[in-house]
Amino acid sequence: MSGSILRPDLAVIANHVEPRSRVLDIGCGDGALMAELESAKQVDARGMELDSVKVGRCVARGLSVVQGDANSDLADYPDKAFDYAILSQTLQTANRPDLMLDELLRVGRKAFVSFPNFAHWRTRAALMFGGRMPVTRALPVSWYATENIHHVTVEDFRDLARTKRAQIERAWFFANESEIGATGANWRAEFAVFQLSR
Amino acid sequence: MNTAIASHIFDVPGELALDSGETLTGVQIAYETYGTLADDKSNAVLICHALTGDQYVASDHPITGKPGWWERMVGPGKPIDTDRFQVICANVIGSCMGSTGPASLAPDGEPYAKRFPVITIRDMVRGIVALLDGLGIDRLHSVVGGSMGGMQTLSLAANWPERAERVLVIASTARHSAQNIAFHEVGRQAIMADPAWAGGDYYGSDASPDNGLAVARMAAHITYLSEEGLTGKFGRRLQDRSAKSFGFDADFQVESYLRYQGSGFTQRFDANSYLYITRAMDYFDLAEEHGGKLADAFVGTSSRFCLVSFDTDWLYPTAESRHIVHALNAAGAKVSFVELSAPNGHDSFLLELAELDQVVRGFIE
Repeated sequence: MSGSILRPDLAVIANHVEPRSRVLDIGCGDGALMAELESAKQVDARGMELDSVKVGRCVARGLSVVQGDANSDLADYPDKAFDYAILSQTLQTANRPDLMLDELLRVGRKAFVSFPNFAHWRTRAALMFGGRMPVTRALPVSWYATENIHHVTVEDFRDLARTKRAQIERAWFFANESEIGATGANWRAEFAVFQLSR
Repeated sequence: MNTAIASHIFDVPGELALDSGETLTGVQIAYETYGTLADDKSNAVLICHALTGDQYVASDHPITGKPGWWERMVGPGKPIDTDRFQVICANVIGSCMGSTGPASLAPDGEPYAKRFPVITIRDMVRGIVALLDGLGIDRLHSVVGGSMGGMQTLSLAANWPERAERVLVIASTARHSAQNIAFHEVGRQAIMADPAWAGGDYYGSDASPDNGLAVARMAAHITYLSEEGLTGKFGRRLQDRSAKSFGFDADFQVESYLRYQGSGFTQRFDANSYLYITRAMDYFDLAEEHGGKLADAFVGTSSRFCLVSFDTDWLYPTAESRHIVHALNAAGAKVSFVELSAPNGHDSFLLELAELDQVVRGFIE
C-alpha cells in the first residue's frame, strides 16, 4: 500500500535505515514512512501518534501504532528497544526538546531528527525587514496558532547535541524540496535531518 | 434479520482442570458460527462475549427475540465480515445459555447450584480452547473481545500465544480494580439477600431471586454508562407524569429505565451464573498469573495486538488499556492502541461508532 511519494526528509531517513532493523517512528502521522520501511526494507516498525484519527488510519494499513504523547509516553519503552528512533518535524513542538532528545537516544541505538531551520534566510528576512514573526513556506502558521513552540536553528541543534554528548553521525539539508550541501546550511537550509547516536 | 438457530453443542472430552484445583467432567460448550470456514481453516475469528453476553453475537436471541448483541459489527459486509471470515462465538462456562454452568445438571442428576466450582477467566478460555481443538482450528485469524470478552482475549493471547494471529481487546482491563470488585460485590449481595435465592438452591422451586438479580443488573448498568450519556438520555425528566408523586414509584425516567433493564434481564439470565461470572472477573489479574509482571505474560508472543478504549468509560478507563500497552511494548510485541471519543461510557463498544468500525475492520483485514 506504499508508493506514495515521501516528504524529502522522510525519504532520506528511509534510505539510511538498515534493512530488517527495529524502528520507532514518533509522530508517525498516517504511517507513510512506516509503510515504506516495512515494504521496502522489511523493517519492524512501530509508531506513536497523538491524533486518534491518524492512529486509526495506521491500524487500517496494518501498522502497529500507539496513540500517545511523545512528551510523556516514550517512558513506556525499555532502553535500546529500537535500532532507530525517528522524530520528524516534531522536535520544535516538544515541551522540552532537550529531554525528548535524551529519550530518543535512550529507546533507540540511533536517532533521526528532522526539523525546520529557523535561521533560513527567508525567516531571517521576514524578521529583519518585516519586523514580524515569519510565516514562510517552511513555517506556514502564524505565531499564535503554530504548534512550533521551540523554534530551533541548525547551529542551535548542533549545540544541543554537543551539550547532550550526542554524536552527530550524518546530516542532510534541504531547500526547495531538494537536498543541498552542508556549506552555509544554517543560512540556506529550510529543513535539516540529523542522524545521531550516543 | 437473521433467524434464531439452536446452538451447536460441543462435548468437551475428558475432564476440564480448573484454576481452583477442581475438575469438571461432562462439560458442554454451546456455540454459534457465522460464515464459512476456509478449507485450510485460516479464516476463523473468535469473538468472546461479555459478562451477560452469549453466543448469539449476530443472530436473534432465542428468549428475547432481540437481534444479536453485536449485529452492527458482525455480518455480511460488516467490519467483521462473515462473507470472508467464519465467526465463532461460544457461551462461556459458568453461564446459562447452553454451556455448563451452575444451572446445569451435575453427574448426580441434580443442578450444580452452589456446588459448581468457582471458575476463572482462564477456565472459561480453557473451555473455548477445547472447543477450538474439537473444531480442528489450530490458529485463529483473530480473537476479539470487549469488556469481559477482552479479558478472555488477553488470557488466550497470554496462555495460548500460538492460537491467535491477531488479538483485539476493546474497553477491557488486565485486572479488576477495587472499584470494579466493589460494584460486583453490591450485585452479589443483592442476589444473596433475596430470600428466593435460598442459598443458591432455587432451581425447580416456584421462586427465583429475580428481585435480587434485577437490583444487581441495575447497579451494574449504571457503571456501563457515562454521566454525560445518562444526563443526555434522561436528565431529570419525569416518567409518564407531570409532577412528582411524593412516593417511591419510578417518578424519574432514569428510574423507570433501570427497573425495565433489571426486570428484562431476569427473563434471560440465571442469578447463580451472575455470581459465578462476576467472581471470575474479580479474580482476574493477568500479571498475578505470570509472576506479578504483566509484560511476562506476553514474552515471546508473535501475535499482533490492538487495544481500544473510550474516553468516557470509567469502568475500564483508558489508563487500564495503556497499562496493557506498556506491558506489550516491554515484551516487544506488535501493538496498536487508540482511545476513541464516544459519549456513552463503557457501553460504547456495543453502540454506533464509525471510528470503532474503522479500527476493527482495518485491524482484522
